[in-house]
Amino acid sequence: MTAAAIQKTALKGKHQRLILIVLGLVAVIGAALLAMSALKDQAAYFFTPAEARAANVEPGRAIRLGGMVVPGSLKRQADGVTIRFDLTDGKASVPASFSGITPDLFKENSGAIAEGSFDEAGIFRATNILAKHDERYMPREMEGIQYDATTHKVETTNQ
Amino acid sequence: MIAETGLAALWLAATLAALQLILAWIAVARGDVRAAGLMRPVAMAQGALTALSFALLVTLFLRSDMSVLLVATNSHSMKPFIYKFAGTWGNHEGSMLLWVMVMSVAGMAVAMFERGLDRATHYATLGAQAAISLGFYAFLLLASNPFARIDPPAPDGQGLNPLLQDPGLAFHPPTLYLGYVGLSVAFSFAVGALVTRQVNARFARAIRPWVLIAWILLTIGITAGSYWAYYELGWGGWWFWDPVENASLMPWLAATALFHSVSVLAARDALRAWTIMLSVVAFAMSMVGTFLVRSGILTSVHAFAVDPTRGGFLLALLAFYIGGALILFGLRIGTVNEGTRFNPVSREAMLVANNLLLCVILGLVLIGTLYPLLTEMMGVSVSVGPPYFNMIIGPVVLALMALLIIGPLARWRHDDLKSLLRKIIPALVLAAAVLISVKLIAGSRIGILPLLGLTAAGGVALASIMPLIGRNLRRTPMFTWGMVIAHFGCAVSMAGMASDSAFAVEKLVAVRPGTTIEISGWQVEFRRVVPVAGPNWTAMDATLAVSRGNGKPVLMHPQARFFSDPPTPTTESAQLTAWNGQLYLVLGEELGDGRWQLRLWWKPFVTFIWFGGGLIALGGLLALIGRVGRGWLRGRARERVGEWVAPT
Repeated sequence: MTAAAIQKTALKGKHQRLILIVLGLVAVIGAALLAMSALKDQAAYFFTPAEARAANVEPGRAIRLGGMVVPGSLKRQADGVTIRFDLTDGKASVPASFSGITPDLFKENSGAIAEGSFDEAGIFRATNILAKHDERYMPREMEGIQYDATTHKVETTNQ
Repeated sequence: MIAETGLAALWLAATLAALQLILAWIAVARGDVRAAGLMRPVAMAQGALTALSFALLVTLFLRSDMSVLLVATNSHSMKPFIYKFAGTWGNHEGSMLLWVMVMSVAGMAVAMFERGLDRATHYATLGAQAAISLGFYAFLLLASNPFARIDPPAPDGQGLNPLLQDPGLAFHPPTLYLGYVGLSVAFSFAVGALVTRQVNARFARAIRPWVLIAWILLTIGITAGSYWAYYELGWGGWWFWDPVENASLMPWLAATALFHSVSVLAARDALRAWTIMLSVVAFAMSMVGTFLVRSGILTSVHAFAVDPTRGGFLLALLAFYIGGALILFGLRIGTVNEGTRFNPVSREAMLVANNLLLCVILGLVLIGTLYPLLTEMMGVSVSVGPPYFNMIIGPVVLALMALLIIGPLARWRHDDLKSLLRKIIPALVLAAAVLISVKLIAGSRIGILPLLGLTAAGGVALASIMPLIGRNLRRTPMFTWGMVIAHFGCAVSMAGMASDSAFAVEKLVAVRPGTTIEISGWQVEFRRVVPVAGPNWTAMDATLAVSRGNGKPVLMHPQARFFSDPPTPTTESAQLTAWNGQLYLVLGEELGDGRWQLRLWWKPFVTFIWFGGGLIALGGLLALIGRVGRGWLRGRARERVGEWVAPT
């Protein structure tokens, strides 16, 4: 191919810059729209048990549920790896189940965040459990939840 | 005295940075040769002083000087040597000092070794580097003093977060920081070039080694960090789309786009404005990453302390530097001559598409990472996790892989679409063969993304080595080898990711010692659990004998550890690497009846992920050696003809 032919097929300078800018804009706007629509479906909202009850979260929708593990509710199933427990925020409590190795500081009377979704029967199927790991590593939403061991009252200062 | 000396060295270095900025101003604005001559020693002294300051902090940690607040809150006299040493940067102040040290040493390197730039741009670059350093000195000295004393001294330290007590801590943060800060050099080059309006191929050839170094280190840092998280957390995953992981991924994406566009600028003198813009964006992403990690607005193992003033300070620095650079960009870019034009079917166009796709991925990661912070300001707490990122980024990555098949085969300036398509036929055939055979073997077990991932990996693996076909391999330049190996690494890594997500098998059981568990052809015999003790931890240590077929049993030892300072339980997983994958064991808790929880994974070809990452970094290294070697020869030639005179 000769130099003249290249010049002929190459785009005019101004057009080239314009096309690049338009392409860039289309890509950016497209990405933003894509991201927004995906976020609408895929972002997992945080609920306390009372909020989850009030909002009537539909089964199958991925959410995060945060609260205290109700004393006496933590039961291990016969298989040794599935647990049942109730999470409460002091106003309502929600039955939950989880299969797996629980975080080391997951126990009754302490705060936890369960990630997962409700099943048809209204039981929260957790796929992952976050517990306070140590004083320096704590799920953000747990900061506002306090549990009083003597009165068994749970206080949330979140929202 | 050690702490005081360290602090004094920092103040002195900050003063020198201010001096360097003033000198640069005089040198560029007035063309003053004496001012320019002073810049090199000033930059060198600055680098030496921060290195001294950092060495002194390391000394304090090694000596467990509990009269220093930082040591008392983050170290412990009983800690093993390596964690005392690496613990220096396992906290906010220490890691910021590391950052500042790397930054001024990089500035020193630019002052000493940069030979490719014209003089004025070199001075302006050094000035820009001094200007950024100043902000970080201020941040360190005013908001994060690592040398603060406590009175009376603490009896002993509070210890280091046990999750960080791993050899990974010694390598992962310094590597990433070198990469982050390396991008500050690219930023300074861009600002320097804008100041002197010298955005051209020469500028691109000068900036290229610095971008490559930063990119190689980021690649190594991310790869190592991913493997560290994989075995340390015991969750079996290798990437969690955690905001902090994203904070390292975003600068990497920008740097990847940057050095591809730099290569267009260097070879064809096109994409001038775009390259400058990307340099700014890449460093902006480094700063966003630092802000996300260091401000404490995220909960993560990386967030050491929540301190709003620090977050505000970093945000102000980010706004100031990036805003300033963008204003300069806006003012000057109109006067930067437009580069060479190119054809829609050409190497240049392919690289533009590469840049667009990388920027789209960057944007998607950025939106997903910042979204929870935005909603939280409105009082709604959400988390954005793997479902979002995998669903939305997966397809764009696949598009990028498709481009990777055709792009490197296109000629510069102009290529013929038909002949180009003919060239990729073998790769497409292989990809189709992979698609069909995987679908036949796996059937409906495999999801669409992993299936296409394996397909793309097959196509890219073959296409990536095609630029070598028909060439004399001995005379093929080093950077071509680098490109081939890095692109091949992308295919290897992608194959590992797809294989792990499609074929990993997980088993969760509660069994008594003596039981044998079967997983994907492996016989795992659970022998016993015994208590063991380490230097600053105790653990329940399980012994499992694993074998496959008639192979000899291998012993594996997952542990449940309990660290004493601070009191924290952790999980130590155990891995057994075979040629075709990895067996991954985690010990859970003991149940009342003598059973133990065990979590087992068989992860086919999962190691390809990090192996591929290593290949990508190796490719970058070869390209760097090739470029620097050629640049050096060119510099020598120029010196001989007297076209270029070293700045003194």
